[in-house]
Amino acid sequence: MTDLIEQTSPPEPMPDPEPAGGWTGALRRRIFETLPPEKLLPDTQPAYVASWIYVFGVLSLTAFLTVVGTGTVLALKGAAWWHVSGTGHFVNSLHLWSVELFMTFMSVHLIAKFFMAAWRGKRAMTWITGVLALGVSAFTALTGYLIQQNFDSQWIATQAKDGLNSIGVGAYFNTMDYGQMLIWHVALLPLVASVIVIWHILLVRRRGVVPPPALRGDASASGSASAPASASAQEVEA
Amino acid sequence: MTATPATPHLVFAPPVNLNGHGHYLHWGFVQISAANIVMIVLIGVAFLAALFVPFPKPKGRDGE
Repeated sequence: MTDLIEQTSPPEPMPDPEPAGGWTGALRRRIFETLPPEKLLPDTQPAYVASWIYVFGVLSLTAFLTVVGTGTVLALKGAAWWHVSGTGHFVNSLHLWSVELFMTFMSVHLIAKFFMAAWRGKRAMTWITGVLALGVSAFTALTGYLIQQNFDSQWIATQAKDGLNSIGVGAYFNTMDYGQMLIWHVALLPLVASVIVIWHILLVRRRGVVPPPALRGDASASGSASAPASASAQEVEA
Repeated sequence: MTATPATPHLVFAPPVNLNGHGHYLHWGFVQISAANIVMIVLIGVAFLAALFVPFPKPKGRDGE
């Protein structure tokens, strides 16, 4: 009997062969440990997310994708396209108004997350990347206004160069240099903004959506507010 | 050169005339354009609405 048990017992667990996988294996393990698929693409969210105030993050992302899409078309057709084509004028208007909505949604998102203290639960970098996204977007919008090729862009360029000269960066960032502003707007800043936005979203996936803060001194806090608090604790452990 | 919009004016015309000088509000040393103050108010309204407008419940999940 003892022999039978010994023969049918499971073999000793093999050591994990993956540690010898080189840098690609180490990178793969790091990615899956940090962002397992169920975290990267969740199919459920905590109950407290069922509020309109939590919608403005994805609204911002949707507007951002529209900005990138219409901007890509404008870049393909050229900066002067919208001056000579009705279709170009329409696409340019889509680009403008999606930017307006993007900044509006981000502003509401920022106000909401500020009052939620959304940096709680090891979410400081999520908050920082969100603020960076807003700042880079504002800077990108400035360069966009500068390449309109009209009197408005000329006025903004002459006003902005005074401000930038006053802080000593005018020699490196010249708002009256159309070519420089065009490259910044269609290449450099969209790349930076996209990286920051993707980084922000991955951090949200990793740490989870921040729960609302518990009510101070609320007798029902153990029922209504402790659930978000415990959810936060679980997300921190993850 | 004035760009000529290809879309019909009557259908897509803005509710206010956007040609001409902008409108500004002055209050002491504070100066802000009417467009900016309108946007700030709209953002505030959107924020409050997001807090107080009930969020629709998904169908079939009332018992959860």
